[in-house]
Amino acid sequence: MTTLATRRQATPGGSTPSRPARRGASSVGRPGFAWALPATIFFALFALVPLAAVAVLSFTSWSGLGDPEFVGLENWKTLIADPVMLKSLWLSLLFIVLGVVTQTPLSILLGVWAAGNQRNRAVLSAIYFIPLLLSSAAISVLWRALLDPNFGIPGQLPWLFGDGNLLGTQAGAIGVLIFVGMWQFTPFHTLIYQGAAKSIPTVLYQAASIDGAGTVRQFFSITLPQLRNTAITSIILMVVGGLTTFETVLILTNGGPGTDTTITAFYMYQQAFQSFDFGVGSAIALVLVVVATLISLVVVKVSGYDKMNSSLEGL
Amino acid sequence: MKTRPNYLAGIGSVVWLLIVAIPLYVMLSGTFQTREEFGDNGPLSFPTSFTLQNYADAITSGFGRYFLNTVVVTVGVVAIVLLLVPPLSYAIVRSQSRAASFVFRFFLLGLAIPAQAVIVPVFYLINSVGLYDNLLGVILPTAAFALPICTLILSGTMRDITGELYEAMAMDGASPARAFFRLVVPLSKGGISTIAVFSALQAWNGFLFPLILTQSESTRVVTLGLFNFQTQYGINIPGLLAAVTLSMVPVLLVYLFARRALVQGLMGAGGK
Repeated sequence: MTTLATRRQATPGGSTPSRPARRGASSVGRPGFAWALPATIFFALFALVPLAAVAVLSFTSWSGLGDPEFVGLENWKTLIADPVMLKSLWLSLLFIVLGVVTQTPLSILLGVWAAGNQRNRAVLSAIYFIPLLLSSAAISVLWRALLDPNFGIPGQLPWLFGDGNLLGTQAGAIGVLIFVGMWQFTPFHTLIYQGAAKSIPTVLYQAASIDGAGTVRQFFSITLPQLRNTAITSIILMVVGGLTTFETVLILTNGGPGTDTTITAFYMYQQAFQSFDFGVGSAIALVLVVVATLISLVVVKVSGYDKMNSSLEGL
Repeated sequence: MKTRPNYLAGIGSVVWLLIVAIPLYVMLSGTFQTREEFGDNGPLSFPTSFTLQNYADAITSGFGRYFLNTVVVTVGVVAIVLLLVPPLSYAIVRSQSRAASFVFRFFLLGLAIPAQAVIVPVFYLINSVGLYDNLLGVILPTAAFALPICTLILSGTMRDITGELYEAMAMDGASPARAFFRLVVPLSKGGISTIAVFSALQAWNGFLFPLILTQSESTRVVTLGLFNFQTQYGINIPGLLAAVTLSMVPVLLVYLFARRALVQGLMGAGGK
């Protein structure tokens, strides 16, 4: 049982991994902090320093040419008074909720099912996996073509889709975006659940069988509770994903009809890179940062990432 | 576990198979049809004629160049990741310094920093060092954003190297560098190939950084090419589908050969 052995190595609390009890090894393979420096500096330069810079830039006016100019709270006043900003936040929330609600049950069912050992499941899982490999751009272009009002699938199935112009209404456009998100990301979450379901001790099911519990009962009494931590991780990833959906919106709906699918991440792009108002764009970005950071803190806290569990668990 | 039938999920899995497979079928069959045929028969029909013209059109309209650029970006990103992540993961797993575990938390936090959130300062930074509209300017931030997940995956793998092995090296009086090259790297080959494949996939599919940081035709990558095609081609759906298909070919080829590395890495990334 390698899984058990590896799990024991992880130290709760997560500061440092297992230390060998005997002395001989203590000095070997203990690299200094210098080993981590190149990557840390590089990462700081492109991800962490910009994170601080976005806060500074949110108090400036910058059109992309010349230097940013300090304007105080101007951008924030603009945003607070901006109805589109408020709407975009609501839309982001709606995206997140609908994403979680559609993807979670599906990926749990598929993941638990795929955790079985039959060969056909491995083959099917390989096919399920394909959307995950494709770029958001390719997926969005593909679905835009498939949903074309004149040449696409909806036109062929009028009894199901009416006039076929799905992207022409707000409900239709949101529905399409949620569906495409589901198409793209369910494989990933299925995989997470599959890994977790495989690592549930078989003993639990054997004991339940002896007690006379049926499949459904086992699913609800053993599988689901055992998947709780995984579900939290998965849902938080969905939340961050929903918050930052971008390519799909740009390519499929361009925020429309009107501003009906202009979620916050997309609105940031519009303000910064289409209206060349980088100050306002930065302010919106800061809102995204705050929300995403809060979520990430929850990730680290709740999911047990920081307990440094072995990645081989569940295989 | 072995013989636990789960009918509900079984049915769901077949339904889901259709939902995944039908669009892919429409995509492929569409590429082999002429525009007229596709328009007349509709997307769900089977191609009666068989033409490769759509692929030819896609290639002649600039895809060769886009591919080359994407390859450059991908190779660059993978190189940076392979250079930086193994030493970092080694330090995270084995270093006793508090700083190392602090850095690990830093990278975990980075996992949730969306690229959109920092895109304006990155644009400013790339602009001011003169890398705007230069593939290197795309490579650097793409690699930086690939670091957190790759670090998570690789440090997970490295953690499976047991203390006994380090002890064995201690007998030889090995330095950390020696332990790294003779023990850690050979034993984490699996994890290293996973992060190579994973970062390659991210680089290949990257969209936001190229969109923001490049401008001219000569630096355009495949994903942007697709986006552009859509606005240009508009209603030439078979042509568009051919371009989408082309963009997927290299990834699917890699998937065939590196499926295990990728799937295991992603399974691990979910945590427990």
